[in-house]
Amino acid sequence: MIIETITIQAGRDKQGNPESISGVDLRPGDSLALVGPTGSGKSELLSDIEQAACGDTRSGRTILINGRPLAETPTGLVATLSQKTNFVMDASVEQFILLHAESKGRDGKALMAPLLEMTNSLCGEPVSPEMSLQVLSGGQSRALMIADIALLSDTPIVLIDEVENAGIHKFKALEVLAGHHKIVISATHDPVLILMNDTRLVMRNGAMAALLSACDGERAYADRLRDMDDTLMQAREILRQGHTLNTREAL
Amino acid sequence: MKLVTIAGAPSAGKTAVTLHLIRQLAKDGKRSAAVKFDTLGTTDDQIYRDRLGIPAIQGLSDYLCPDHYFVSNLEEACAWGRRQRADYLFVETAGLCYRCAPHIKDVPAITVIDNLGGMEAPRKMGPALTLADVVVVTKSDLISQAEKEVFAHRISQVNQTAAIVHVNGLTGTGVLHLKRLSESWTDARELEGLSLRYSMPASICSYCTGETRIGKRFQSGNVEKLLLEENAA
Repeated sequence: MIIETITIQAGRDKQGNPESISGVDLRPGDSLALVGPTGSGKSELLSDIEQAACGDTRSGRTILINGRPLAETPTGLVATLSQKTNFVMDASVEQFILLHAESKGRDGKALMAPLLEMTNSLCGEPVSPEMSLQVLSGGQSRALMIADIALLSDTPIVLIDEVENAGIHKFKALEVLAGHHKIVISATHDPVLILMNDTRLVMRNGAMAALLSACDGERAYADRLRDMDDTLMQAREILRQGHTLNTREAL
Repeated sequence: MKLVTIAGAPSAGKTAVTLHLIRQLAKDGKRSAAVKFDTLGTTDDQIYRDRLGIPAIQGLSDYLCPDHYFVSNLEEACAWGRRQRADYLFVETAGLCYRCAPHIKDVPAITVIDNLGGMEAPRKMGPALTLADVVVVTKSDLISQAEKEVFAHRISQVNQTAAIVHVNGLTGTGVLHLKRLSESWTDARELEGLSLRYSMPASICSYCTGETRIGKRFQSGNVEKLLLEENAA
């Protein structure tokens, strides 16, 4: 299926009042952050998209693909990535990639190098083909999953649920996925990640309350936050490698 | 009344998926009832009553093969469902040995399998999976997207016609697909004369009738031996 637009058509909040945003249009390469406190309806919205709701979920929303509701149950519409997902397969990284490529009718051998290269650009600790999936760290696993979704899964939409703490280059992850014509929707509490997205959807009381784009002031602020985040990541890496934080040298 | 059979490995999430589906159907004003067949004990019927307030009963096979017990009691279960004035009767089986399938021709058949059983699981599960109309895959939120896709591919290799539906048993996400599918199911006919989709295992050896001692002397009836040289006739 060729996807040109995905539209989230408004439904109702928890009290049954109409949502204040009438709808959101998304195109391949777009990234959208979902913000709002726990219980504000972020997961519900992700679930509506995943199931291609047509007015039949609690929220009453409808998801349109290329302007129309899906006639049939969608399969392969959405890839999900969360803090909870793990590899359960007892296989090496190479076997895993070959197996996934085979199930998609693709040439795994040709994809091996670019996929690993992308994985390693997302993660501090290199992943090699002969490593067992089961020994990968949280960060390595997440990086491999993201590269795999970008290059091997043919789902047009990626739903990311709070992977900010996994020790990956989260900004690059977003770029990589959006750069492969995916629509990336992330539920996140991370301020830098929120501002990295093209737009952000504010969720309140189960409803879409506002759709915001970063203004100029916010963009400058985002750069400062990103520097601070880089500093934190560097400090984390230095301490993790067993070195001491001599502030002048380290920072 | 629509009759639906639900099979699947223990703890794959048969009851959780059925609960979510019944909840969705109830929103449209559909009344459901449930029958749980199991071996030694179950509280699932209690769960159906407590959480959803729907009529539910259980049947325990005890020393009998649970699927033999299931098929021998199906008409009675169905009659009970009609007396409850149910729009949907869900019959959930224990489903243990993977040799047979409790599914019936012309009766909608759901098999639940979870993603944690390993990538070979779809090939091992036999007729319960290969003859199902709908394969519900649970616990997908715990594994990578890639493994989820490989797993679904493996299912489609052994059952090319089944709809594959991913349902999160905890949150119910995905169950809408199942509800949409359920709209196409037709009302159950009289069960007498309908056929199972696959035969049950033959169970006519001495151990079926309570023999516990080991040894050739104690074996009679339908006994099959390993194909080893010393056993060759």
